[in-house]
Parts: sequence; C-alpha cells; structure tokens
Amino acid sequence: MSQDIRIKRGVDIKLVGKAEKMFANVTQAKMFALQPDDFHGITPKLTVKAGEQVKAGDTLFYSKYNDKIKFTSPVSGEVVEIVRGAKRKILEVKVLIDSEITYKEFSTSSSSREEVIETLLESGAWAFIKQRPYDVIANPSDKPKAIFISGFNSAPLAADYDFTLQGKEKSLQKGIDIMSILTNGKVHLSLDGSKPASIFQNISGVDVHNVTGPHPAGNVGVQIHHIDPVNKGERVWTVTPHDLVIIGDLFLTGNFNAERVVALTGSGVNKPRYVKTIAGTSLENILKDSLKSTDARIISGGPLTGTKVSKNGYLGYYDNQITILPEGKSHRFFGWVPWLYNNIFSIAGSSFASTGKEYDMDTNKNGETRGFVVTGEMEKVFPFDIYPMYLVKSIMYNDIGEMENQGIYEVAPEDFALAEVINTSKIDIQKVVREGLDLMVKEVG
Amino acid sequence: MKFLRDALDGIKPNFTSGGKWEKWNPVFETFETFLFTPDHVTTSGSHIRDGVDIKRLMTVVVLALFPALFFGMYNIGYFHFEQLVALGQQDSYTFMEAFLFGLWKLLPIIIVSYAVGLGVEFIFAMFYGHSIHEGYFVTGMLIPLIVPVDLPLWMLAVSIVFGVVIGKEIFGGTGMNILNPALVVRAFLFFAYPTFMSGDKVWVAGASEVDGMSGATILGQLGSGAEAVVDKTYSVMDMFLGFIPGSIGETSTLAILIGAVMLLLAGVASWRIMLSGVIGAAIMSALFVLWGANPLMDFGFKHLLVGGFAFGLVFMATDPVSAAQTNTGKWIYGFLIGFLSILLRVLNGFPEAVMLVILLLNVFAPTIDHYVVQASVNRRNKRVEDKIKKALSA
Repeated sequence: MSQDIRIKRGVDIKLVGKAEKMFANVTQAKMFALQPDDFHGITPKLTVKAGEQVKAGDTLFYSKYNDKIKFTSPVSGEVVEIVRGAKRKILEVKVLIDSEITYKEFSTSSSSREEVIETLLESGAWAFIKQRPYDVIANPSDKPKAIFISGFNSAPLAADYDFTLQGKEKSLQKGIDIMSILTNGKVHLSLDGSKPASIFQNISGVDVHNVTGPHPAGNVGVQIHHIDPVNKGERVWTVTPHDLVIIGDLFLTGNFNAERVVALTGSGVNKPRYVKTIAGTSLENILKDSLKSTDARIISGGPLTGTKVSKNGYLGYYDNQITILPEGKSHRFFGWVPWLYNNIFSIAGSSFASTGKEYDMDTNKNGETRGFVVTGEMEKVFPFDIYPMYLVKSIMYNDIGEMENQGIYEVAPEDFALAEVINTSKIDIQKVVREGLDLMVKEVG
Repeated sequence: MKFLRDALDGIKPNFTSGGKWEKWNPVFETFETFLFTPDHVTTSGSHIRDGVDIKRLMTVVVLALFPALFFGMYNIGYFHFEQLVALGQQDSYTFMEAFLFGLWKLLPIIIVSYAVGLGVEFIFAMFYGHSIHEGYFVTGMLIPLIVPVDLPLWMLAVSIVFGVVIGKEIFGGTGMNILNPALVVRAFLFFAYPTFMSGDKVWVAGASEVDGMSGATILGQLGSGAEAVVDKTYSVMDMFLGFIPGSIGETSTLAILIGAVMLLLAGVASWRIMLSGVIGAAIMSALFVLWGANPLMDFGFKHLLVGGFAFGLVFMATDPVSAAQTNTGKWIYGFLIGFLSILLRVLNGFPEAVMLVILLLNVFAPTIDHYVVQASVNRRNKRVEDKIKKALSA
C-alpha cells in the first residue's frame, strides 16, 4: 500500500551555485579525521593511540554509555594525532591514509536480526542509523516500529541522489534488505513525486510514497509525520540513501567502505560540481582551486543545516555536500530601510519562491536578535500539525510536559531550518530545538 | 559613508565593557544600528537568513501610518478653519494653511510621544543592559494618531509613562507584553480624565477656546439623539474620506486602507484579523439595522467608517504581539473584535468601544490560542489512545 503526500507549506530557496552533474578532478586527500562532535550525544572513549596502524573498519573510539556502538576508521593508515580541545575533549582522531586501503573483514551473513546488528555495530556502520524521536544514533536494543528513508533531498543546493548513487543500485537494494531485517514494521521509502524516474525505481521490499511540494518535503521528519507519526514511547529509525549504500556494500563485500560522492556547491565556489571521496576527508585538496575568495564560509553540509568548518577542516561524517558562501561580516549603511537592498530576499514579504531567480546570499544575519514578535510566519514553512512557536517557546522555558504536548517527539532541528531562515527576530531556532531534545533525552530518555 | 563608519568604530571601544562610558552602551548601540545594520553573522544552524528583521518590519508599519498621519494633519486644519469660517471669524483658507496648521498642532504631540516614550525605554534598556528594541518606534507614532488634537501635552506625557511601563516594560519589553501599549495609553487617558476625553471640546482644534465652535464626534452626536445634524452634515463619502471629527489619525478610512495595503503587501499584519473583523462588524451592524430601535442602530454599515473602527482593526488589532497567534485564533479574535465593537458601541453608547474591545480581546487572545493549540495536542494524544484501544481489542 502506498500513500502519496502533498506538502503545501514550505519554500524552495534557490541559491546560486548548484553543482553541475560532472566530477571534479581532485587528488585524494592524505589526511582523514573522525570528529566525535558529528555524533550528537556521544561521549567518545578512545581505543587507539597516536602511532597505531588501523585498517578501514577498525574501531577508533566507542560510546562511553553504550560500548557496543563503535566508530571506525573510514580508511586504513596510521593514527597520527588525537586533537583535544578544552577539558581534554576529543575533537579529531586523525588518520594518515595508506597508499592502498586495506579493509577489515566483517561477516556478511544476514540470517538473523542479531547477526545483522552485530555486524553493523562492529563495522561502525551502526552510526548511520538514527532514531526519532531526538534525532540521535539509534539504540541497538530498541525495536523500531518502522524505518524511514527519504529518497530525495529538497534542501537548497542539495546533492542529487540520481547522480551521486548511480551504479550503486545493487548496494542500495542490499541496504534496504538489511533494513527490513531490522524492523518488524515497514520500511518506508519516499520519492520525489515530481520526478518520473529515479535511481530507486527498481527497488523492492519497501513502501513507496510519492512526495510533492516545496522544501522541507524531502525531510524525513516531515515524511514520518505524514505517513506514520511518532507517538510518545515509540521509536522509528531513519537512514539516508548514501549511508544505505555503505551498509549494503558492507553486507555484499564484508568491507566497511565509506566512499562518498560529495556535491561542492554555493556561490563561493568557482565551478560547483561533484567530488568522489571518502567520509571524513580533509577538505584541503577539494577547496584548493575552488574557493573564489579567502573570506568565505565553508560549510560541511548544506546552507541550512551544515556545520561551519575551517579551510583545513574535515568533511562531516554524515555529509554529502560542501557549501561555500561569502561571509557577511560587513555593515550596511541604513541597511534596515525596506527595498533599499534588493539583493536580500524576504520570504515574509514577497512570493520570491515563485520567481526563478537564484539568490546569492551571504552569512549576515540581516538584523539583531530580538524576542518573538511576528506570529504565523513559521507556520508558513512548517508542514506539521504542530504549532512551531508554541513548541519553541516551551523549550525556551524548559517545560518538559508542555514540550511533549506540543509534539517534540516528532521534530528534529533540521525541520526548523526554514523557520530559522525566515525568523524576523533572528533567533537560532535549530539550536533551541536541539537543546530541547537533549533535555528530553536526559529527563525522559 | 566610510568616514562615518570609521568614526563610529573609533569611539566604539569607549562603550564596550570596561570602557569609559560602558553604561551608555545601549544608547550607543541604538544609534549605531540605526545608521548601519550590524555585522552579526550566523554561527550555526541556517547559515543564511532572510533580509527582514524587526527594524525593517517596524519601519514598514510606520510608513504605513503616514497616509493617516498626513490626512490627520489636514483634517485638524480643515475643521478648525471650517468652523471659523462658519462663525464668520475668517473669510477663507487654503489647503496649505489647513495642512500647516495641522502640522503645527500635531508636531508637539509627536515630539512629546517619542521623547517621553523613548526616555522610558532608554531608562529600562540601561537598567537591563540591552539595546533599545524597536517596538516603541511604532507605538510612538500610533499614540499621536489616536488622541484628540486639543489634548494637553502633560496629560499625554503622564499617560505614555503609564502605558509604556505598565503596558510593556513590566512584562519584559517588546514581544512580551499582553496588551497593546498604545491602547493602554489611550485607555488610561479615557479613564483618568473622563470629563475631558468624553466632552465635545477636544476633537476640533480650538473648540475649547472659541465660543460657538463644536467638536462632537459622529457617534457622540448620534448617542445624544442629534441624528438629523449628522445626516445633514456628513455624507458617507465624507466618512470614507475622513472629513469627520475624531482622533487625529483615525478619521480617514481611505488613508487607513492605503496603510492596510502596505502592511499586507509587506506581510506584516494579518489579513485574517482584518477580514474577520470586517465580517464581524458587518454582521452585527446588519442585525442592528433589523432591530432598528434607535439612530445608532439605524446607522448600519456606516459604523465601519467612523469611530476609529478601521484604524483600530488595521493598526491596533493586528499588533502581532498582543493579538492571537494561531491562524485559527486570528479568525476568532478578529471576528469578535468587529462583532463586539459594534455591539458595545450601540448598546452602551460607548464611542470608545473599538479601543476597549481590542484591549479586552488582547486579554482573551491567549485563551483563544490555548483552545486552538489544545486541539492539535488532543489530536496527538488521540493517536496514542487509538493505538492502545487497538492493542487492547486485538
């Protein structure tokens, strides 16, 4: 049974710098890093020391509170450095790649759920499986009521799976087969209803849903809400198609092969296109000839949800996109006068989404942070049966019961990304929502 | 503008923490951000942000008030000179004379409004150490437009202090208040100086000084049974264009409609509140026409054109902070404002009904929202209940 979904509330932000569907010629980086901060809520316990040799798939660290959840090296080589920050917090575990990658062998048997979980945990691929509520790495002892896969990304400048996953259909199908072993419920796959064909068209063993409408139609949280919403006490798991391919590969070959095709996007890039690389890669080679200006914001991920990184930084573990935007650290004379600076769009004030124009946005906040004033604006881009401002306010005053009532179990920070973009009061809503989820994990679990 | 920027950057260290004039930082920051938008950049989450912010939003609202403001100036002069001509004290007057007379009368009110209100805001900003928020920018322009022209400035000043402190600052400032501060000012005036505010002297400039000049508002006259005078003096067109006595900015429905269009185009005010307010008032007026027991009831749809109804609905009821916040709530809130305004106006003979009803609904807006939001909460809870029922029956 398939159920089609039409999203009405939302907006497609068209930005300059969409990746052209071709590969850039980039030399493979020498250095790779696993950054514990990529895994929200995980406190790392190291299992390696600087100087040790590791294979791809060897554990670098594990979760302090659940030692079964392991995080493994995406490449083989020498652990050269463990970078620590304040209070000796581990920031990066750096691995210098071998000339040829050697892989640790894992069992490919998938005869039982326990076996599959064991292999996923051992190989580090478990980290790809996230749970709702809370948008954190799934707990292997849970039994999810369903698994959701969003087959497209509607966010601005997002990578096109039809291009990045081409030729991987077999791994994808294997990944889906593995997912159906993990749950007694259904595996839901949502596809972009406006596209006639996609890489997923011959996939079997899933409930397919055609989703149409503007961003955030591609957000898995929105799809869950419309297909089979998460209630209190329930767990669903989610996984992205590009991670599913790695899981599929693992069970086809026995190797943890964290290859990624990454979209290099944004108005700060000379030639936006795709790059073949491996999770955790140093960005140095990729950025070397691509940056238009040195004063640029480098984002691992998309413009709405990515993480700011330095020029010598690393690709985030889950990311398949790098976005470069011009920094907006400048003053504008009488910049608040309406209609004076037309380069800046105003979603609240115009139907800019309907025009085909691509916008070149910088990182200026375009205003100062204030208390909530304007009402009804978040609802325009928040396709849930949830009142976003009430939920955000309940988080701000730390009322757990109220958060639960207002539907916190169904949302992830990324679902609020658009609300944050258009917010007139310039409040960092995604951060607020993440804090709310953290509090819920701590208090309710 | 680089020299200005450099000058600001030059003196800025004095105002940062540890500087000479650290305490005055809110004042400095207010002027700095007035001249230049700040260079704040995003740090996490969405790296790009919409161009609209509170400063820009409030500017749009003030611009939307300009048509009503300019018409108000002319209206002051128009009524002053018309009556002088009628009394034979003056032969004729020009458009410019009327406008400049209005400007001359209105300017002190605007200056007092901003000086007193911003003064209070500055004190609170310095006390709490935050920059001055833009809310008063709009409030300060609304207040002159909803007071009578001959209001003594000291009364205005006292009311503004009360309105800003009690109506806004004690709740925590812009965005936290439950009542519209401008309306609190108006209500304070009304209840603190009732004999003054409900008389027929304050509405036309000079009426209290010149013998024989009268400045009763249409609703006042209807209430006192002078419907014949009203019919003779004011046509429906006069009411629509604004050639009627009343508070400074509230008379011209046309000027207010121009402002409403600006607000709606900029997406600032809620069309739901405006539309449902008009619907509510129209229904109530129609019902009273059917009843038809007194001149106020027979006044019919003309109720929508007088007594500050349009101004209240467009600029006061739509204040996002004090209005209902959910879309469904906005329909209910707007409808009740329209409906109750006419009800109270006709049955109680309250010319000030619109203002009082908006304040009343400000108070009830959270309650309306509560039930709207609770419906969504109930739908969520019902999902769980259904699941349990299903599990039990299986």
